[in-house]
Amino acid sequence: MTTKSHPILSMAASRIGLGLLSLLIVSLIIFSAVSFLPGSYASAILGQNATPAAVAAMEVKLGLNRPWFLRYLAWLGAAATGDMGLSFSGRPVMALIGPRLKNTLVLASITAAIAVPLSIALGIVCARYRGRFLDKFLSTSTLASISIPEFFVAYVVMMVLAVKLQLFPSMAGIRNGMGLGEQLYRMVLPILTLLLVILAHMVRNTRAAILSVMASPYIEMARLKGEPEKRVVVRQALPNAIGPIASVVALNLAYLISGVVVIEVVFVYPGVGQAMIDAVRNRDVPVIQACALIFAAAYIGFNLIADIISIVSNPRLLHPR
Amino acid sequence: MTATPSAPVIDLVDLKIEAKSNDQWSKIVNGVSLSIRPGEVLGLVGESGAGKSTVGLAALGYFRPGAKVTGGEVRLLGQNILDIPEEERRKFRGTKVAYVAQSAQAAFNPAYRLMDQIIMVAVDRGGLTREAAQKRALDLFHALQLPDPRNFGKRYPHQVSGGQLQRAMVAMAMICNPALIIFDEPTTALDVTTQVEVLISIRKVIEDYRVAAIYITHDLAVVAQVAHRVAVLRYGEVVEEAPIAQIMERPTHPYTKSLWAVHEMPVGQGDRHGKGAPLLAVTGLGAHYGDFQVLTAIDLDVGRGETVALVGESGSGKSTLGRVIVGLKEVSSGQVVYEGKPLPGTIRRRSLEMLKQIQIIYQSADTALNPRQTVRKIIGRPLTLYQGLRGARREERVLELLKLVELNETHIDRTPGQLSGGQKQRIAIARALAADPRLIVCDEITSALDKVVQAEVLRMLMRLQERLGVSYLFITHDIEVVRAIADRVVVMQDGKIVEQGGKDQVLAQPRADYTRKLLDSVPDMAVGWLDGIVAARAA
Amino acid sequence: MQQSLEVRSAAPNRFLGTLKLVGSAPPSAKFGMVIVAIYALVALLAPLLAPYGEVEVVSRVPFEPWSANHLLGTDQLGRDFLSRLIFGARNSISIALLTTAISFVIGCLLGVFAALVGGIVDQVISRLVDALMSVPDLIFTLMILSIFGSSVLNLILIIAVLTSTRFYRIARAAALNVASLDFVEHAKVRGESLLWIAVNEVFPNILPLILSELGMRFCFIFLNIAALSFLGVGIQPPTAEWGSMVRDNAALINMGDITPLIPAAAIAFLAIAVNFVVDWLLNRASGLNDDA
Repeated sequence: MTTKSHPILSMAASRIGLGLLSLLIVSLIIFSAVSFLPGSYASAILGQNATPAAVAAMEVKLGLNRPWFLRYLAWLGAAATGDMGLSFSGRPVMALIGPRLKNTLVLASITAAIAVPLSIALGIVCARYRGRFLDKFLSTSTLASISIPEFFVAYVVMMVLAVKLQLFPSMAGIRNGMGLGEQLYRMVLPILTLLLVILAHMVRNTRAAILSVMASPYIEMARLKGEPEKRVVVRQALPNAIGPIASVVALNLAYLISGVVVIEVVFVYPGVGQAMIDAVRNRDVPVIQACALIFAAAYIGFNLIADIISIVSNPRLLHPR
Repeated sequence: MTATPSAPVIDLVDLKIEAKSNDQWSKIVNGVSLSIRPGEVLGLVGESGAGKSTVGLAALGYFRPGAKVTGGEVRLLGQNILDIPEEERRKFRGTKVAYVAQSAQAAFNPAYRLMDQIIMVAVDRGGLTREAAQKRALDLFHALQLPDPRNFGKRYPHQVSGGQLQRAMVAMAMICNPALIIFDEPTTALDVTTQVEVLISIRKVIEDYRVAAIYITHDLAVVAQVAHRVAVLRYGEVVEEAPIAQIMERPTHPYTKSLWAVHEMPVGQGDRHGKGAPLLAVTGLGAHYGDFQVLTAIDLDVGRGETVALVGESGSGKSTLGRVIVGLKEVSSGQVVYEGKPLPGTIRRRSLEMLKQIQIIYQSADTALNPRQTVRKIIGRPLTLYQGLRGARREERVLELLKLVELNETHIDRTPGQLSGGQKQRIAIARALAADPRLIVCDEITSALDKVVQAEVLRMLMRLQERLGVSYLFITHDIEVVRAIADRVVVMQDGKIVEQGGKDQVLAQPRADYTRKLLDSVPDMAVGWLDGIVAARAA
Repeated sequence: MQQSLEVRSAAPNRFLGTLKLVGSAPPSAKFGMVIVAIYALVALLAPLLAPYGEVEVVSRVPFEPWSANHLLGTDQLGRDFLSRLIFGARNSISIALLTTAISFVIGCLLGVFAALVGGIVDQVISRLVDALMSVPDLIFTLMILSIFGSSVLNLILIIAVLTSTRFYRIARAAALNVASLDFVEHAKVRGESLLWIAVNEVFPNILPLILSELGMRFCFIFLNIAALSFLGVGIQPPTAEWGSMVRDNAALINMGDITPLIPAAAIAFLAIAVNFVVDWLLNRASGLNDDA
């Protein structure tokens, strides 16, 4: 608009900066957690029977004799290029996680692609028919379903659809050789469960976000101008609710991420969540670090996108004085 | 549906409305009957809680959540709109009857350009094409004397000033040429100099377009300029209704008469300045918020036992100056000298003894008193802090202070939520007095109060001053209040002092242009004041 | 803020007032209160109610079906399922309660402190909290527990620290709100210490808000611990815990036996009940019940 930097750009830049800062702090926490590991990192890799000489050699090889801060920088630099180092099993971490990452991405994106528009629509419907039967029914049932543990939902779904009705396989073990149709067929139950879990959260929060916009004086003004209720919600409230809805959706993707972990375990789905739980059981720290970093980066990324959407959708920032 | 020229636009017949608060229904409008003819402006006057807005909204067939009609009729253009379903009622709004809210800033949707919002109803339901609606909006912008009318509609609400936005809302209400407009305190949130401009604009469109209106306000002086007839509302009942001239000259109901309470207070003694060295002297003071200079080269004295009124509009820096003096805001140049010694800039560097001597009272007692403390604790705390009083001796002193502010021992166990607005402000005054101060900074302390209560509190403050010899720095925008209690007046604009002197001189023979403009903008309690202004401008 | 600060007129008799309040609750909230009371009773009286001991092996056959002796059969090690379910109430609830209490204290203290002190202190704490909140709780807990080992103490501490970030956020925001009010400023002008202001002026005014958060957080903590135990890193055997009971007996589900679902349902029931009560209290506080 002007030659001076637009407020949106500077706002967005500062949000990106904050996001990166968060990621940096998180990576620092994840990295330094290792130094609390009982026993040394090198002996953990080599196993119980390693000789002190072998341990020392390994420490030099891994650069463990260097100062802590330099090691962090090196680790961070490598992580940025997708190299997460060696797992305790000796294989590169990314070789372990890589293919599983794809599976998890497919599972999560299909779920999100259904859940996000559906929950926004339901949230709007609830806000529009506030206090009516449909709203009360959805409010109560979503309140109930956010209180149900993910694994309970998963097992009930499995019990009914796989064990009793035998419509779908109870195990979602997909492999590379399978055709796309077969893979999708096996993913139905995990996706259905994930949907049930995150829809409830998202509908509730979208409804709340719209209702808080609906409490603004300009909404009452629209009613005083005789606008029909549907238009009040869609034309007056919604444009102002985009930002809040985006944040709500991003925040709720946390439930998607933790949901993924539990549900991959229940349905034995070969994804990152499964890998992380296996690593946790084997205390394979480099793999855990990598998984945590991936999940954290994804979550920070989502929130960043939401922040930027709410900045861009704010007319006060979009059209400065 | 078609009304004959003399048939009323709206008839409220014995309207009764109840509202729910704390799980109980209480009557807020109790049998109000009003009737307005085409082209007539009815002023609806009353103080906070009188039910003015509820009546105004009822004229639109609208009731806030938690309110319900329990009786009566609202006959709009001959039809009782309470009989028909909400969906039908809705269709009257915006087209036949329109509404102008107190705060245009809050009532405009931030997401749309002004033009789009203003013509929305006309295009959707008013049967106008987009072009025709825009043409009409443009005419209204001209009539409302908005600057650069052609481009005005392209802006977003946050891009224009408060006074302009308020006029834009009038344009929005007028866009479908309604039979009736409800103005709900349309100038209350504005500064006086802006208020005049908006008042002139509103009156001009009402006359140009011959629209009937209900003008809701708490300010008799304002309503005297726009209304033909006035109904005075109290506790949800009309206590007096008469043509405006009659109300202004011969009010009959005691309540109506009480609206003159502050206006009729005796004008104080005048200049008592110059007895000995000043208690407080501000010299060459400047202050910043970031890069923005809020105060520039302020020089000001407050003498012992005198009242200095600090007058200005919002943004003039008058409250900031008060905050500097009590130590809440650091200065960037100059100093505050108290009893001949410079005061440290911030609270942390001032001793308890210094803090005790300068007290502050706020505009809103609702936020100035902790809602979870009893009166005993609120007043007792400074006694413990400054004088170490405890137990029975403290209790005794709290009771004395309560008596001093004309309350009694029955109030001591109450929390602020159980007190009226005036009582709360008295508690705040008692808390300040508990410190036994030499100077009290009073920041707009009567502006949130009703007229009668305002007058009572002002009188009490003057009695206290005589008795205790305390000085007041009285920050206010209200010239009536200044006239009643000030010894000297300091006028501020844009962070600078534009004029100061004895009350009689500043109010009667102002030297600065701004002071003159400020004084001229305050509506007189008389019909025809605005005509005088408009005539003077035309000349 | 203005609204929430409004003081309701004090009831002449607090107990009577509370009774009246409970009476006015909607059916879902009443249902919630009854369920919570039942759980509390079972948790308190577990040793009296349970037919067998918590870790007592009563059958040589694992996964014994339902019978008169063992109403819900036996688990994978031949322990009485019903008894473990009853002891599980005690373990799951008490650990979640303790965790909630710790996180409440940490979060609220830091939140009020950061709001009142402001400046660099506030910045540093808030950044750190942002970072902690930018990793989904479950992921963070998994990572820390796998490094430090899954003891009950570690579990409580890590979840308490993570949950305290939520209390921190809400307490800080509420305290900032209150701190901007004139009565806090007046206390500063009066010369009160920061501690006095925090205790006397700020805390009483934010308490109602953070208390309602307490109930909600209890649910999340409770569900989180269950999920962790289900994943095998939460409360460790042989302690009876509902999440791990589901996991240990999950094999039965593929055979169409619903027994493993019972502890999961027990978790869900309590969380639903608490949420119903909290929801009603929240609605009451924000006055949303008045219309509609």
